[in-house]
Amino acid sequence: MAIKVVSPGLSTTVQDLGRPGYYHIGIPLSGAMDRAALAAANLLVGNDESAAGLEVVFMGPELEFTAPTIVAVTGGEIPPKLNGTPCETWASFAVKSGDVLSFDFLKAGARAYIAIAGGVDVPVVLGSRSTYTLGALGGHEGRKLMAGDVLPVGVASSKARAGRSLEQKLRRKTSNPAELRMLPGLYWHRITEEAGKHFLSDTWKVAPEADRIGYRFRGGKPIDFVPRTPPFGAGSDPSNIVDACYPYGSIQVPSGTEPIVLHRDAVSGGGYFMVGAVIAADMDLIAQLQPHMPARFVAVDMPTALAARKDMNAQAAAVRASLQS
Amino acid sequence: MATKDILSPLPGTFYRKPSPDAAPYKNEGDVVKKGDVIGLIEVMKSFHEVQSDADGTIASFVAENEEPVMAGQPLITLNI
Repeated sequence: MAIKVVSPGLSTTVQDLGRPGYYHIGIPLSGAMDRAALAAANLLVGNDESAAGLEVVFMGPELEFTAPTIVAVTGGEIPPKLNGTPCETWASFAVKSGDVLSFDFLKAGARAYIAIAGGVDVPVVLGSRSTYTLGALGGHEGRKLMAGDVLPVGVASSKARAGRSLEQKLRRKTSNPAELRMLPGLYWHRITEEAGKHFLSDTWKVAPEADRIGYRFRGGKPIDFVPRTPPFGAGSDPSNIVDACYPYGSIQVPSGTEPIVLHRDAVSGGGYFMVGAVIAADMDLIAQLQPHMPARFVAVDMPTALAARKDMNAQAAAVRASLQS
Repeated sequence: MATKDILSPLPGTFYRKPSPDAAPYKNEGDVVKKGDVIGLIEVMKSFHEVQSDADGTIASFVAENEEPVMAGQPLITLNI
């Protein structure tokens, strides 16, 4: 069983739930940007939720199946078609040998996830099948898919069946404008009180450069810094710091103009100050933001962030319970 | 005469020229063939050619140079 890539889409990559444990040596987590959507797609086709699927961004690929199997598409609304006929999302469906899965124009969100019963069976690298394109690591030859690629698929579990569907209330919707909850901190003291206020009250827009490494935003007022004498090792720009670790979700604002939220393919360290970090529960949400979409940063405290993470885990458990029955 | 819109396949920024100081790919009134490049969309730090999916004559540009566009948005109207 294999999948032939007829056309690759914009930047379709093999992703699972990531490669934890190597960030300290500069290798990021990678994996699906919208983890909940990939997990749901996998459960729909009877896979373990951490199996490897395909992450599709903005524009879908065209894929041909070489054997009958079960498939599901979740995440952002990039409407799938089987042999040209629209098919349901957040639901499992059967494909025959020679069937072609293609996609219509993006309607909402930004990333769709394709799970195939048995999972995409590319080699495991450092514990994961996820593609880290910047490091040419994992996935299919360490890169995004290209026309002519053939992806091996693993053996389907006995739980794989068509017609399984995730109930509406368990499918996450994107809000517009998006509200990204963030924990102010790290180098928040570097900016003026006034700058902190408008950072949180301004409406930002997703910049077209936003990608798996970082989501860039623009359109808010430039940030004013508290005057200082640059410490040894920091550059002269007021947004420079002595090199530090960059957490996932951290919000750096180079030169005080365009905030960048580091995402699953984050660089692990560098010399830009950070105003804080987007909370874990809202990282999936970022994955579904299109260029030019409005977004706001909402400051929360640690108990709120932890409660939100608990809610996220409860939601994941509800999806699991609903689909594994 | 029938018309047809060429739609943007991607969200991003639309460019009518291959580089800032180059001539536009196409102008109003130009004849286009299916597969001709009519512009670029910039997204995720790369540029993607937009090709015409029909033969015709350009009636008008719906999207301007450097305009932010969404996927499925009309870029050009063709007389076909």
